[in-house]
Amino acid sequence: MSILIDEKTRLLVQGITGGEGSFHTQQCIEYGTKVVAGVTPGKGGSEILGVPVFNTVEIAVKETGANASMIFVPAASAADSILEAADAGIPLVVCITEGIPVLDMVMVHNYLKDRSTRLIGPNCPGIISPGKCKAGLMVGDIHLQGNVGIVSRSGTLTYEAVAQLTSFGIGQSTCVGIGGDPLPGSNFVDILKLFREDKDTRAVVLIGEIGGTTEQEAAQFIKEKMTKPVVAFVAGATAPADKRMGHAGAIISGSSNRAQDKIAALADAGVFIAPSPAEIGLTMKKVLEN
Amino acid sequence: MKIHEYQAKVLLSEFGIPVPRGGVATTPAEAKRIAAELGGKVAIKAQVHAGGRGKAGGIKAANAPEEAEKLAVQMLGTRLVTHQTTPEGVPVSKVLVEKAVSIQRELYLSIIVDSASSMPVMMASEAGGTDIEEIARVSPDKILKVYIDAAGFQAFQGRKLAYGMNLSPAQIRTATSLMANLYKLFHAKDCSLAEINPLVVTAEGALLALDAKLNFDDNALFRHSDIEQLHDVEQEDPLEVKANKLGIRNYIKMDGNIGCMVNGAGLAMAVMDLITQVGGRPANFLDIGTVNNTDRVVAAFKVFATDPGVKAILVNIFGGMARVDVIARGIVEAYKQMDIRLPLIVRLAGTNVDEGKRILAESEVRFIETTDFYDAARKAVEAAKGGGK
Repeated sequence: MSILIDEKTRLLVQGITGGEGSFHTQQCIEYGTKVVAGVTPGKGGSEILGVPVFNTVEIAVKETGANASMIFVPAASAADSILEAADAGIPLVVCITEGIPVLDMVMVHNYLKDRSTRLIGPNCPGIISPGKCKAGLMVGDIHLQGNVGIVSRSGTLTYEAVAQLTSFGIGQSTCVGIGGDPLPGSNFVDILKLFREDKDTRAVVLIGEIGGTTEQEAAQFIKEKMTKPVVAFVAGATAPADKRMGHAGAIISGSSNRAQDKIAALADAGVFIAPSPAEIGLTMKKVLEN
Repeated sequence: MKIHEYQAKVLLSEFGIPVPRGGVATTPAEAKRIAAELGGKVAIKAQVHAGGRGKAGGIKAANAPEEAEKLAVQMLGTRLVTHQTTPEGVPVSKVLVEKAVSIQRELYLSIIVDSASSMPVMMASEAGGTDIEEIARVSPDKILKVYIDAAGFQAFQGRKLAYGMNLSPAQIRTATSLMANLYKLFHAKDCSLAEINPLVVTAEGALLALDAKLNFDDNALFRHSDIEQLHDVEQEDPLEVKANKLGIRNYIKMDGNIGCMVNGAGLAMAVMDLITQVGGRPANFLDIGTVNNTDRVVAAFKVFATDPGVKAILVNIFGGMARVDVIARGIVEAYKQMDIRLPLIVRLAGTNVDEGKRILAESEVRFIETTDFYDAARKAVEAAKGGGK
């Protein structure tokens, strides 16, 4: 098993005919992902990379039975694309696009509240279940099929962690990039819950960053409900103090959103903290050996 | 994006929120004229993109136009240093001259998007003024909050906050409509922060936005050209402005000596963490981003060349959406365009890495290659110690 995507995933790509969209669709196909449809309004009826293109997500789903969508459309219309996918009943939407206005994401969250669609991202590298399916930008060949789940706010730092794990022969069940935006569709807790239920996941790597309080929420969940060991790294301990946003940012978060506070909360929850970003793999190796 | 107080107050006025009478001056003579028009008793406020102005001497009271002029002479053309600025401070090119207000109470009002609930939240407090953060920390129950869902801001939410702040019966309706207008502004202009602190009750019992801060979502500026025009680059670090002009949006100047070029914000922060761990100091945070474009790589090197603090350059790229071969071509191009003599440490991995390594190896660029993240940081720290121009 794995979480979110596997051999049964039938992927649709919104924005398949754009430069990035077509490049990464091709990479996903080469990795073995079943890409069954693309959507670009105005280009319905054509074909790209052997994949049929449709004008709307609704028609694409009806014609191809797509059950997941990956979005590459530009930021100004990406929120609309997420809504279109949810309206068509697609259970999993992975939004790669970066730079979506925050208030557009507020609207997206309102729309998804009463729907069953799960959103991953935006501004994320996507998801990979090694050996089974890739719906994202990550380089396939650094991954190895196995039993460690990864959930991360950072894209390239995740590649770093994966490469370290793979170099120790530690494979991954699924790697989920939840993205670096302030309002992600799914947060750490959402993904930790899925890993907890996944038979093939023995342990989890969590990669956090400064800003927000999502690591603290994860720490609370891990302390009370997580049944599997978690290794964590939080980037930004030496980052310049967040450019201040008046008083409101400090007031709303209540606690501070520095890396040190996040690390302390995670450590308190029994999480194994990687002492440096170069030692994420090593820390997991030690955890698995004990 | 940040704007000045005087600009924020124009926007507040446009949305029906009362602000003190006043005008902006760039010369002492103008300050004097405005003060005279306002009746002589005024506040002179330095216009800078930083908080903590009051305690730093950036806000002063004048009793007569001549005194306003004198204060403007003292402020204009100087740099103001507050606890939120760098030690060099920020330039004061404009002062806001405002009619003095007699204050009965100081309240607090703000809107921000709360990431935990994914909703805008309006916060209000009776305890407005400069100590609001401390009050939030010590007695969080003094901060009232209402969350705004798809239905938008409602009058009952306004009443909840207004009664909660113990406003008089006559002020409730005014306060509620002021809050509704602030939310309208927040929503219409894609603010990331709308803060009125203090929101004062004057001696006459009227509500007035005495100070205001509006920040805007950079990702939404494409649909607000009017807001984009309010941008004042003078208030920002010159190297950051240069980086921005060259197309690098994610650059933050720091005080170390290792110039870092990394793809991805998380990895860029991790590289900085690692440099610090092995005893070095990063000269900057720089996320080259995901666009596959050699121009941007050249631009990054131009920024390094401009920063006198940089003694070594560390390139750490783990290609995903960014392709390593393009990055390598960019480095070669940068060395063709500029005479760069700083030690260069390069660590490449990910999409098209072999092609990238070949391009660099076959070029004239002299560099120290490493395949390991940790080793790259260590070598950069060593090189920076012995490096120079």
